[in-house]
Amino acid sequence: MEAKVLGIREEVVKERLGLTSNYAAAYAVKAIDVDVIAAYPITPQTTIIEKLAEFVANGELDAEYIPVESEHSALSAVVGASAAGARVFTATASQGLEFMHEVLHITSGLRLPVVMAVPGRALSAPISIHGDYQDIMNARDAGWVMIIASSAQEVYDSIIMAYRIAEDQRVLLPVMVSYDGFLMSHTTEPVELYHEEYVRKFTPRNLGRYRLDPRKPITMGVIASPDWYYEIKYQAVHALRESKQVIKEVHEEFNKAFSTNYDLVEKYMVDDADYVLITYGGASSGNAKEAARRARERGLRAGVVRIRLFRPFPADELVNAVKDAKIVAVIDRALTPGDVYEGPVFSDVVSALYSKDIEKPVMSVVHGISQRTMLADDFYNLYKMLDEYAKTGEYPRSTVFLGLRS
Amino acid sequence: MKVYFRTIKDLPVEERFGPGQLTCAGCGPSIAVRWLLKAAGSDIIVVNATGCIEVTTTSYPYTAWSIPYLHVAFENAAAAASGVESALKALRRKGILDTKARVMVIAGDGGTYDIGLQSLSGMLERGHGVLYVLYDNEAYMNTGIQRSGGTPHFAWTTTSPVGSKLRGKVQRKKDIMSIVIGHHIPYAATANIAYPIDLANKVKTALDYLDEGPAFIHVLAPCPPGWRYPEEMTVEIARLATETGYFPLYEWDHGRIRLNPPSNTHLDKSRRKPIIEFLKRQGRFSHLTEEDVREIEREIDEYWDYLARLLKAFG
Amino acid sequence: MMRLTWKDLPIGGFVIEPGNARNNLTGTWRTERPVIDQDACTRCRICWMYCPEPAILELNKPYTTRSGKKYDVTYEVDYDHCKGCGICAHECPVKAIKMVPEVGG
Repeated sequence: MEAKVLGIREEVVKERLGLTSNYAAAYAVKAIDVDVIAAYPITPQTTIIEKLAEFVANGELDAEYIPVESEHSALSAVVGASAAGARVFTATASQGLEFMHEVLHITSGLRLPVVMAVPGRALSAPISIHGDYQDIMNARDAGWVMIIASSAQEVYDSIIMAYRIAEDQRVLLPVMVSYDGFLMSHTTEPVELYHEEYVRKFTPRNLGRYRLDPRKPITMGVIASPDWYYEIKYQAVHALRESKQVIKEVHEEFNKAFSTNYDLVEKYMVDDADYVLITYGGASSGNAKEAARRARERGLRAGVVRIRLFRPFPADELVNAVKDAKIVAVIDRALTPGDVYEGPVFSDVVSALYSKDIEKPVMSVVHGISQRTMLADDFYNLYKMLDEYAKTGEYPRSTVFLGLRS
Repeated sequence: MKVYFRTIKDLPVEERFGPGQLTCAGCGPSIAVRWLLKAAGSDIIVVNATGCIEVTTTSYPYTAWSIPYLHVAFENAAAAASGVESALKALRRKGILDTKARVMVIAGDGGTYDIGLQSLSGMLERGHGVLYVLYDNEAYMNTGIQRSGGTPHFAWTTTSPVGSKLRGKVQRKKDIMSIVIGHHIPYAATANIAYPIDLANKVKTALDYLDEGPAFIHVLAPCPPGWRYPEEMTVEIARLATETGYFPLYEWDHGRIRLNPPSNTHLDKSRRKPIIEFLKRQGRFSHLTEEDVREIEREIDEYWDYLARLLKAFG
Repeated sequence: MMRLTWKDLPIGGFVIEPGNARNNLTGTWRTERPVIDQDACTRCRICWMYCPEPAILELNKPYTTRSGKKYDVTYEVDYDHCKGCGICAHECPVKAIKMVPEVGG
């Protein structure tokens, strides 16, 4: 298949609607020819499955809608459906993502192209309905491709790309598209929806993959002894690493077909930047960019790198973006208690630099936990601090918890 | 039930399961699965919960299954099967797949009574056209004989051992059939590996009803190491379970309850063999006192009283 | 089989050859083997029906007993897979099957 190469975005766009990121996700699922949806409500995902229920009830989306009795069953049901060859979707957050955790590993181990949307939310205890990335980060070892979006349009576009990535015969891994709980899931932005024929042409089905078929009976989901488990698991590990290449290809094709500009990391004023903030998600990145603009006005060469592809981690792209910076700070919206530094992406960034033999001051910052308000001012002050640190050569050697009352 | 097989001569000869699986010699569940697959034919997809059967039949690189098979986890066979069934529906409707395949769950008592109860209930409530078969060896046998909700009162297991203070399982066996029937599905039945003709007929009957909704079959399948008896006795002990009234054969068919032979003669207690015949042959009951046996007898009488009332109401 | 690398296996641990467990010869497990006396056997099918593996084969092999009775089928043990559980011998209504020790029997 070849998506029409169009120079003009207006030809692919059907309409422009004001949509929350959740609704954008639902519209993306509608545009794809999804067969089975499993739905269990949890804040802040609920409006995705409500919208999908409306589409199905109105006959706008021809899919089986399974209102499961728990999140563990939600992922289990789409695993079963995907194993039978269907195209599937589900969504969850927080406690729901934790409840289905064992099935996350099983999904990638079974090499099933499941697509799941996760508007991130803080983890209990205490219980919190508000947004951060603790739930998403806690799933990072489950072997899924993980994309973090920063706008409703990007959620819509990423879910479309997710199906292409997941079903690519070289990948055959599940894909999680995540974004800010509440700050994005429940706020309205303009989203341009494409004509469904273009979306479907971009996402042809892979019917050649292994599936449950009485004409070619196979056994899926074995028990493997120490003689075999390692090789079977390694295949999935290898596939996730190699998927980066496929993801790049899909991005290039999508950009061409829909006149967009997506990349594995987003670089904002980094070319000559001395001070770079590394962020993910909408609120962090938006605030950081605003702060970078203000810092530039004050003469500081500030830039932002937004991580869009989180797993597999785009080490090359990230390192290229920050290698010339004097000092870098990673803004995490999740916690890794007991770790050397308590922010998950900080560790990935440091590993990436280490893998390229690059020594660079990297600061670990945690902010926006359970939607503790992040202000552009906070990031602007951070740039000023980075400027000071660059001068003195001294910078915090443990995680800085911004916004904490202490 | 619809009678597809009248006598032993009518039973289908084609094998669709094994041999070569790692089940113990004399394994009751192995007999059950062999007959489930024979009765179900080749247009079937099996979703299996973690347990004895799953682990012994899919030990990489071998599979004992000649039909499409999926194992996901322990508690979610019903949920995964719901997904498979929905996928087949959607793909058939969209003209992408042309298959008449039915979906059958095979799960043990561990994966049904306890950890699997939630997903089973959800599947039944949503009305998926799936046949759920519970093979009941009355404990978590795969992990070495730990008690489950399906373990009978007084039975020895490693987590309900016989000591000076506590002697075997304190609680009674959960009545899974009543729970399932409470979901008002089209068809539910008990079956027993000692009665393969009855089992095969019930499987085929249940598969026929799947267009209307879910079906459930509870198969008693004794376990030599778990119940503590010599392997050659598996079928005899299964038979005694029904002949003593411990495990009656009955069906819930579209809102009507019916006892199947030989249980249909057992409302009259004098027609049931004494329960001691079932108990005395199993090491897991070797610590029973006469008083314990009377207690068990009382519980069985109570259960038959309950069945009699159900028959009056729904017969 | 141990020489297969991670590149050689189908993905996901899928086993794509149906029923290949038959290559696993569980007959090596047993300590006793069933021996069917073909003259005593009445072809009732009960042993075949109850075997868990299954390791009793129903073969379209005609047989005439010593006393002149003719049968169309013969039941034979699949000794490659028979685990020697003894259910067949125990359930046989005419005691036509004897369990014989593997060693010294």
